Amino acid sequence: MGKTLYQKVWAAHTVSTLKDGRTQLFIGTHLIHEVTSPQAFGMIRDLELPVKFPHRTFATVDHIVPTKNQDAPTDSMASKMMEALRQNADDFGITYFDLSSGMQGIVHVVGPEQGITQPGTTIACGDSHTATHGAFGAIAFGIGTTQVRDALATQTIAMESSKVRRINVNGDLRPGVYAKDVILHIIRLLGAKGGIGYAYEYGGSTFDNFSMEERMTVCNMSIEGGARCGYVNPDQKTFAFLKGKPHAPKDEEWEAAVERWQSFASDPDAHYDDVISIEAAKIEPTVTWGVSPDQGIGINESIPDPAHAKSEAETASFKEALDYMQLPGGTPIKGVKIDVAFIGSCTNGRLRDFREAAKYLKGRKVAEGVTALAVPGSQITAVQCEQEGLDKIFEDAGFEWRKAGCSMCLAMNPDKLVGDQLCASSSNRNFKGRQGSSIGRTILMSPVMVCAAAVTGVVADAREVFEVDPDSNFAAA
Amino acid sequence: MALEKISSVRGTAVHVPGNDLDTDRIIPARYLKCITFDDLAGTHFYDVRFDTEGNPTGHSLDDPRFADSSIMLSGANFGCGSSREHAPQAIYRSGFRAIIAESFAEIFFGNSTTLGMPCVCATRDDIEALAAAIEAAPDTEVTINLESLTASYVDHSFAVTISASARQALTSGRWDPIQELLDNGEAISKLGEALPYV
Ligand code: SF4
Repeated sequence: MGKTLYQKVWAAHTVSTLKDGRTQLFIGTHLIHEVTSPQAFGMIRDLELPVKFPHRTFATVDHIVPTKNQDAPTDSMASKMMEALRQNADDFGITYFDLSSGMQGIVHVVGPEQGITQPGTTIACGDSHTATHGAFGAIAFGIGTTQVRDALATQTIAMESSKVRRINVNGDLRPGVYAKDVILHIIRLLGAKGGIGYAYEYGGSTFDNFSMEERMTVCNMSIEGGARCGYVNPDQKTFAFLKGKPHAPKDEEWEAAVERWQSFASDPDAHYDDVISIEAAKIEPTVTWGVSPDQGIGINESIPDPAHAKSEAETASFKEALDYMQLPGGTPIKGVKIDVAFIGSCTNGRLRDFREAAKYLKGRKVAEGVTALAVPGSQITAVQCEQEGLDKIFEDAGFEWRKAGCSMCLAMNPDKLVGDQLCASSSNRNFKGRQGSSIGRTILMSPVMVCAAAVTGVVADAREVFEVDPDSNFAAA
Repeated sequence: MALEKISSVRGTAVHVPGNDLDTDRIIPARYLKCITFDDLAGTHFYDVRFDTEGNPTGHSLDDPRFADSSIMLSGANFGCGSSREHAPQAIYRSGFRAIIAESFAEIFFGNSTTLGMPCVCATRDDIEALAAAIEAAPDTEVTINLESLTASYVDHSFAVTISASARQALTSGRWDPIQELLDNGEAISKLGEALPYV
């Protein structure tokens, strides 16, 4: 019987079986950032251990970086953390994409952009959205800080292998439906804990046709579905994306690398522990209504009514979510007033996201009373957007065009919700308090849907706002 | 580096009700601004325990009857969300030594195991019965036994589950794997050399 990519990569990176039965897994690529690494450096200093493969760890700064004035945080702890990363990278000989490098950005945007993210590799980072890198056919997952210590000191971690669930999506997405909707739909279907114990392998013609950016958007949110990692088998698109990137194999090494990368793709007769199939045409622009990413609905559906929940427990959780969101059950989600619009994050902060959003935003104005933020995922993304004049389109519409960072995706830099503001957000988590106010509210959606909400001031169907013919033959962005 | 063999945890318990209690709930992002974990005690569930003005919300974690609890009870998918080890660190440093819940998110589970804080699963009914018992008698002593895979209190006992490897790691005093990983230094170097991209 054939093997999945997951099994092949796992086998190629197994150092030993530990006494407790876990695998000692070699981490080919280790990514670090300022929030979850300083404690780990502290631990290896305490243990007087060196970094075993310093050239396989790459650092950047993203979570706490202010997006207005990047290198001048007003918060002394933020400066301290940025300085600690700089110092640690320096002391241990680690490549660091610092603010002055022109290559800084959200760690999950930087890895692919630099060609560090490659097929058939293992990638770990003290960040749960490391799953993003799976778009390239890597086994990529988030780890805790003690494991960051292990990766630094030994280039390995102790880990149990997962089962593999194949998720097929076939056919063309309808106009105005995006990769973000695909993953919100999958999570809605399988639940926020549906993926516990699984790696998600995404495939089918929809994924074959997806750009690398779209694949990244889906893989990124695997963790929101409970899966520790998600991946797409590498193909010509993957190779084309990587060709010429700074850390990608060069010249005579390239052919051999592509051949090796191809060999990691799942075999046609691979065994999966579970298989599910979804028709692309049935996916609607999807938005969340609650406080967990699996609390999602199609834009034309009503917010669930707790009275119609399937069980007592579900009634309670619906009630709690609606109470927090200050939304009435049983009423349409369309028309819910928003205060803030945010486009950015490691889910949807790449060039194609801004391009697609700008296409519709051009000539429009952000509704009165709405604060709108567009935050490129990396300095390189920012430059690319600016070269195409996208920044002007956003600014003319009334968005603030900021510098690269995690920004309003989480509450570690000055970009935060205030009070119970409601944010239409292209990020990945709608948890209570996620965006910086303990009573702030988040509705997740695609960047184009964020634009529709921004210009109308309410949660809206972008296809109506921007007059996209739902039956037109519109190629995926 | 000899580690304690953790075959059981005994103590009083507190119920933190709810499903999908994510890591942003367990520790709000503003508390991630630190370069060591040393000062995280008391930050656990901060925004659940205090309102926007800083007034206590009357959460069970602040109920003096449960002040000395070392076992936390909760619902399904506990610890979902981010990989921040700050979450289990905050819980551990606030005095907890084990968690009983219906299920755990994977990264949280792994992080907790590495700290020597067992996370065991039980059925909703068993957890609720125990929650009711501690509500009635907060000083009820609970024992989680990782050998027999049971949790017991007064004259009740129920089954708990935990992954075989975590159980093995905890009971044999190998929950922090660093030494074993280091011991294979040569094999690591060899594999690294064999991987073309490394
Ligand atoms: S953009 Fe958001 S989810 Fe992504 S790494 Fe930054 S904080 Fe985490």
